[in-house]
Amino acid sequence: MQAPQTSLNLYLKRRRRRRIIIIISGLCFMVVIVALIFYALQDKAGFFRIPSDITAADKISHRLLRLGGYVENGSVKRETGANIRFYVTDFHHKQEVRFNGILPDLFREGQGVIAEGRFADNGVFIADRVLAKHDEKYVPKDVADRIKAAEGRETKNSLPGRAVLPDK
Amino acid sequence: MIIECGHFLLILALAVSLYQAVVPLIGWFCGDIIAMRSARFTAIMVFALVALSYAALTYAYVISDFSVMNVAQNSHSEKPLFFKITGVWGNHEGSMLLWVLILTFFSALVAVFGKNLPLNLAALVLVCQSFIAGAFLAFILFTSNPFARLLPPALQGRDLNPVLQDVGLALHPPMLYLGYVGFSVCFSFAIAALLCGRVDAAFGRWVRPWALLSWFCLTWGITAGSYWAYYELGWGGYWFWDPVENASLMPWLSGTALLHSALVLEKRSALKIWTVLLAIITFSFSLLGTFLVRSGILTSVHSFATDPARGLAILAILGFFIGCALLLFAFRAPAIKNSGLFRPVSRESALILNNLFLMAAAATVLAGTLYPLLVESLTGEKISVGAPFFNLTIGALFLPLLLIVPFGPLLGWKRGDIAAAAERLWLAFAAAIAAFALTLYLDHGKAVLAAAGIGLAFWAIFGALTDLISKSGGWKTPLSARARRLKNLPAAFWGTAFAHMGLGVSLFGIIAVAGFEQEYIGNLAPGQAVDLAGNKVVFDGYKSENRDNFQENRLYFTIKHQGKILGQVTASRRFFPSQNAQTTETGLFNRGFSQYYIAPGDYNKDGSAVLHIWWKPNVLCIWLGGLLMMTGAVLSLADRRRQRGAPAGKKVKPAAGANLPERVAREA
Repeated sequence: MQAPQTSLNLYLKRRRRRRIIIIISGLCFMVVIVALIFYALQDKAGFFRIPSDITAADKISHRLLRLGGYVENGSVKRETGANIRFYVTDFHHKQEVRFNGILPDLFREGQGVIAEGRFADNGVFIADRVLAKHDEKYVPKDVADRIKAAEGRETKNSLPGRAVLPDK
Repeated sequence: MIIECGHFLLILALAVSLYQAVVPLIGWFCGDIIAMRSARFTAIMVFALVALSYAALTYAYVISDFSVMNVAQNSHSEKPLFFKITGVWGNHEGSMLLWVLILTFFSALVAVFGKNLPLNLAALVLVCQSFIAGAFLAFILFTSNPFARLLPPALQGRDLNPVLQDVGLALHPPMLYLGYVGFSVCFSFAIAALLCGRVDAAFGRWVRPWALLSWFCLTWGITAGSYWAYYELGWGGYWFWDPVENASLMPWLSGTALLHSALVLEKRSALKIWTVLLAIITFSFSLLGTFLVRSGILTSVHSFATDPARGLAILAILGFFIGCALLLFAFRAPAIKNSGLFRPVSRESALILNNLFLMAAAATVLAGTLYPLLVESLTGEKISVGAPFFNLTIGALFLPLLLIVPFGPLLGWKRGDIAAAAERLWLAFAAAIAAFALTLYLDHGKAVLAAAGIGLAFWAIFGALTDLISKSGGWKTPLSARARRLKNLPAAFWGTAFAHMGLGVSLFGIIAVAGFEQEYIGNLAPGQAVDLAGNKVVFDGYKSENRDNFQENRLYFTIKHQGKILGQVTASRRFFPSQNAQTTETGLFNRGFSQYYIAPGDYNKDGSAVLHIWWKPNVLCIWLGGLLMMTGAVLSLADRRRQRGAPAGKKVKPAAGANLPERVAREA
């Protein structure tokens, strides 16, 4: 009886050791994944701004930003090639944006827009991508929320072209 | 009248599915066989009722009945018939009805094809399905009734969003929903197995075909949606890391993990708890996807309309099902005993690694998708998490995954020999190195990373081929014998090879486009040309036309190589007066698997047009890989071994036998 008992003990011990190794390596894996996610979120997430929110730090940092607001009426200028220049406004401040490419089908003056890109050294916002998703009644949700919040802060109540979410 | 009938049938479907949720469950408690049997019939009945109701709504769209609110808001009498039919699911109410239609369709499939399932298990699966169906039917009836009337009726409809007036709408959402909702069957099986307290190899055998079928549809939906976005939106991209795309990617990732772990459960009766959990998680991701899309909580190109009440209702349904499932899991899982033992180097371990990486990828996608919501609710700061985040994290996770993929099928069950597998992979290794070197040489040593990526793609492709070659024989096997063996190989092996090859082919397309695409942005006047990727793209001119429900501005191009015409291509912009909206139809010109991609912009006063022209090398491989993966799923489903024999009785016995030594060991 003695011999199988010890071999069984040995077997159980090895099993336990293997289980500990598996748990530890699993934990290490999870730590690495969580670290990766956090690092990437810190480094790669882009902030959302409307022109009133832009800080001096934003202009220097060259971080990826999403600039939201309305395309100012009469501000869209075509330059050489496919270069386009326009102003994004939240009716308090405005920001010059440059974009090289084809504007989306729904891009229009006076309509809501989100420009994704970075600030150049001269303080102009260089957009890599311009998003416009709306009909006459729709303004991107982020933009509408933000402008509403800014309205509340500054207690001004002149908001032409009111941000209205689509009816049901 | 037909509209009211449709509404009534939907209410009836809710009533019957409530019966189906309650009566067989009571029957299960009391051991009443007749009550349990009734689930099968009612499942088919609910499907028939919902299908008729759906047909009624389609009828309203076809005859353009603008006294129905839903039709008036989303259709137009001049819209082509095809888009009238597909437009039924191009809006919130209709798409939810399609969702439930597919859910009840799957329940009916279980009822029809699940004849060899144990009665109590089949009844519980159908009970769980009807709980889900009942919740969503109630959701439709109480918050988003597609049959609501409009008084007075509208004279003309507001038309479908022009972007959605495309064949893509016919292919993409229904297949995506089939995939999403198909995983509900796996979920229901998991719940039923937990309630019965019996999870064994047979469970893996039952769940796997459903997982395969759903995975096939989901892959189709994602592939079709990606190609649709590529040619319709005119941004030149095929994947935007939009929250809603992420919502479809998460169930795909965890569904892929489920496929693999169910394989281990089926063949080796190991990973029981994990497979059950994966089945629950996968459908939870599907529900989460539905919530993200339908609640409009995230800004996305896909959200139709935002209504907080709907979002809350779906959140409640989501919370109820996920919460109950996880609670049940927490109570019942400890009672499940794992039996299959295996060594650290074995096919089981390889599949566990695959599961780890896939679930970690799903977790990063989840984190990236929900992080903006979390930050906004905590600090009020609005942030966006986009391509840079996902490319980094998914890239970091898929790199090791792709490295180990070719090893998996070459390792034996229970204990594998990694050195022998590596030896057999010499061909794949050589192909990878050759592809790497050739890319570097052609590119004059500039794009090292892209070349490495292409090497990795070839590693995956040839790794999958190596698996087939090594299964056909050794060094000295004559070719005729090899061919015969390959022919007799079970379809499932071919399925594995195709799916893994598809992974490599997709990666090849992704890397080729990311590393070697060329573009031109600028003005071209008619008659002018631009040099791109060795060929000339000549802008011939444009023409305006009036079509069914839109005006079209067509731009004509000719692709030339050293004066010789290779072909012609048309791009266009369409203006839809009914919606005062404009869409872009990109011009695509194929050269093998590569494409010229022409996106037209505005016109200038001097008659020139703003154009964005891309050369996309091997871009079609991205979707070809998806097709290969789908082929793999079909082959696995068609495997003869799966079709033969009754799964229940045969499989359980060896599993119980395998249990024995371990039980003895534990008791000793």
